[in-house]
Amino acid sequence: MHSEVVRGNRLSVEELHMTVMKSAACVVAIAISLIASTAHAQGKLNVITTTEDLASIAREVGGDRVTVESISRGYQDPHFVEAKPSFILKLQKADVLVTVGKELEIGWLPPLIQQSRNAKVQVGAGGYLDASAQARILDIPQGQITRAMGDVHPQGNPHYWLDPDNGKAVAKEIADKLSQLRPNDRAYFEQRLNDFVTRLSDAEKRWATMMAPYKGTKVVTYHRSFPNFAERFGLDVIGYVEPRPGIPPTPQHTLDLISEMKRQNVPLVLVEPYFDLKTPNSIGRATGAEVLVMPPSVGGVKEVTDYFKLFDYDINLLIGALKKVSTASH
Amino acid sequence: MRASRLTCSCIVAGALLVAPSSLSAQTPDAQALRQEIEQLRKEFDAIQKQYGDRLTALESKLSATEPAPQPAAPAPQTPAPAPQPGEQPQTAPQTTAQVPPGAEGAGGPTGALPVYGGAASSKVFNPDIAVIGDFLGATGRNTVNPQPALQMHESEASFQAIVDPYARADFFLSFGEEGVDLEEGFITFPAIPGGLLVRVGKMRAAFGKVNSLHNHVLPWTDRPIVINNLVGGEEGISDAGISVARLIPNPWFFLEATGQVFRGDSGDLFHSSQRGDLSYVAHLRGYHDLTENTNIDLGASYSRGHNASGIVDDVDLGGFTTQLYGVDATLRWRPLQRSIYRSFLGRSELFWSRREQPVSQQNAFGYYVSGDYQFARRWFAGARYDRSAHADDEALHDSGQSLMVTYWPSEFSQVRGQYRRTKYAVGDLANEFLFQFQFSIGAHGAHAF
Repeated sequence: MHSEVVRGNRLSVEELHMTVMKSAACVVAIAISLIASTAHAQGKLNVITTTEDLASIAREVGGDRVTVESISRGYQDPHFVEAKPSFILKLQKADVLVTVGKELEIGWLPPLIQQSRNAKVQVGAGGYLDASAQARILDIPQGQITRAMGDVHPQGNPHYWLDPDNGKAVAKEIADKLSQLRPNDRAYFEQRLNDFVTRLSDAEKRWATMMAPYKGTKVVTYHRSFPNFAERFGLDVIGYVEPRPGIPPTPQHTLDLISEMKRQNVPLVLVEPYFDLKTPNSIGRATGAEVLVMPPSVGGVKEVTDYFKLFDYDINLLIGALKKVSTASH
Repeated sequence: MRASRLTCSCIVAGALLVAPSSLSAQTPDAQALRQEIEQLRKEFDAIQKQYGDRLTALESKLSATEPAPQPAAPAPQTPAPAPQPGEQPQTAPQTTAQVPPGAEGAGGPTGALPVYGGAASSKVFNPDIAVIGDFLGATGRNTVNPQPALQMHESEASFQAIVDPYARADFFLSFGEEGVDLEEGFITFPAIPGGLLVRVGKMRAAFGKVNSLHNHVLPWTDRPIVINNLVGGEEGISDAGISVARLIPNPWFFLEATGQVFRGDSGDLFHSSQRGDLSYVAHLRGYHDLTENTNIDLGASYSRGHNASGIVDDVDLGGFTTQLYGVDATLRWRPLQRSIYRSFLGRSELFWSRREQPVSQQNAFGYYVSGDYQFARRWFAGARYDRSAHADDEALHDSGQSLMVTYWPSEFSQVRGQYRRTKYAVGDLANEFLFQFQFSIGAHGAHAF
């Protein structure tokens, strides 16, 4: 890349180049020392998450040693967040950026990170955390992947947070990251992590007991947002309102889905709060299935203010609807 | 860094080769292994010979067809000979390649170049590659600026990747009907202290809004008249240079100042006759969320560079300059919970051009106003009004009106129709129907807001 032959008239440019390189090296050195020194400063860590689910878990783990803010809202489609400049300002001041990963945010997060002017949260830097590292990921496509399959995620389904066990894995990742940045607070974060895991395990038992009578219930969902939830709580997802991920419903697919639902006697259609209810409602009318707006995220509806309430809400919603269905059929 | 990496790989490869062979001396079936290796070696030699023969045949054929043969190109480097049985290889096969002919002596490298990775090495570091096709059709009548009935207007190939922990690079090659053009190719340093975002390379200037946008993200099939008349046409202000952008901290809103220096060659807008004829762009952008659904984006821009009007016999006798001023305003609305179904974008840009030229200075003004409403998940409708004077004659005005409908079969393709009525200062009224197919394959990086 560097030419060894320097002609006379290019010398000044080369010299300038050298000066620029030298000053760039200084600048990088200063940046590194700045990052190192901020790690020891004892203000609250500023954690920015891409979704409200991650924000809720980060609050559980970080307690009063962190401030947490989410970029997207829970009632918003996390695939299609706009990369607004106001988010650049949030990222600029972040110590930690926690992402869902598995390409969920690929359409909007990269330009935000790039424009953040924040070395800490660049991909691969110390303040960047992909929360999916230890999570159980489903729907990893096999064989050749093409866009004829719709908007497939080559690394698997990114809606993994809807399994409490994955919530624990995410919490562990966040606790490790926070401890790494604030080694003095390691014990604090670990104690909060253990507390969160214990409470979540207790809640999980309760949720499992509540859902046990409905194990194997067949459902249809709008988008593939609930595979981890279905696996954990024993639902059987037999189809989707979308013909392929990210592709809006087509009449033929809707007709096929209706006949399949009738054949298998599917009682529920689950719809994320950000999708249009027109097609799900017509499917509901044609099949007699109940259409439920079921939030896949914290903040999806007003009552769901944290990660525990997300499962409380969704499970109560399901059970309420299934009870109605079973009394109607008797 | 390269040298040390090479040394490391040699040591590792050497160690790997040495370890099994010394081990095999102690195993009972070493003889069998050795025979197998010998067999493989023979096969390899046979293949090598076969290819060598073929190559010679081809070369002789080639020289037979050429009347005045070029100096023979250096024969491709053959792989290092396989070690003789029993001989312990001390080094890994040579990982170098010959410098291509012609590359030497022009300030280029001499001797052997290191080669990293072979055909079998992982492709994970390949950049994200995408191609976006833009097919345009036109019907109706336009005697002033006719475009072909059907054309593959542009195929944009993009290559994007992170360079190292400090930088990323983006390349956009535009394949048009007339040839290939580097639309943009730049390195970005996103994390320079002082809140700076630095870009170096060829890029579309941060002058207003539309100038920095690629064709495929425009809500129209064309660019507004004012862009063609005053801001350098389809290519716009696009040049090789350095860009520095900084956020200006304040408690109220997003404020970004950008300063750019370019060589001074941008289509028919700026022309640089000597090194000092640089062009400059300054841009100030303010953004504020009015509500979570609505936001406003305001900008002011300035640019200055030399124009070609004073050039006589390749000498810039006049030394005339063009100064451009611009303001832009964008209002966006997108309800968060129904963000994939409904949105609105209203935008206007105003430009003033102050162009020095042989007889008199021309102060031309032009603008456009446009609105684009998404009324279903896959459907958009839009309208645009254009009016602009000519940069070299402020008394001549063109104006136009357009109506657009856009349909997205998916996020990766779109079909658009545009009715356009253009009243030219000189020439007949043009009524046209333009249509466009756009389609994207591969991984195209997300665009800035």
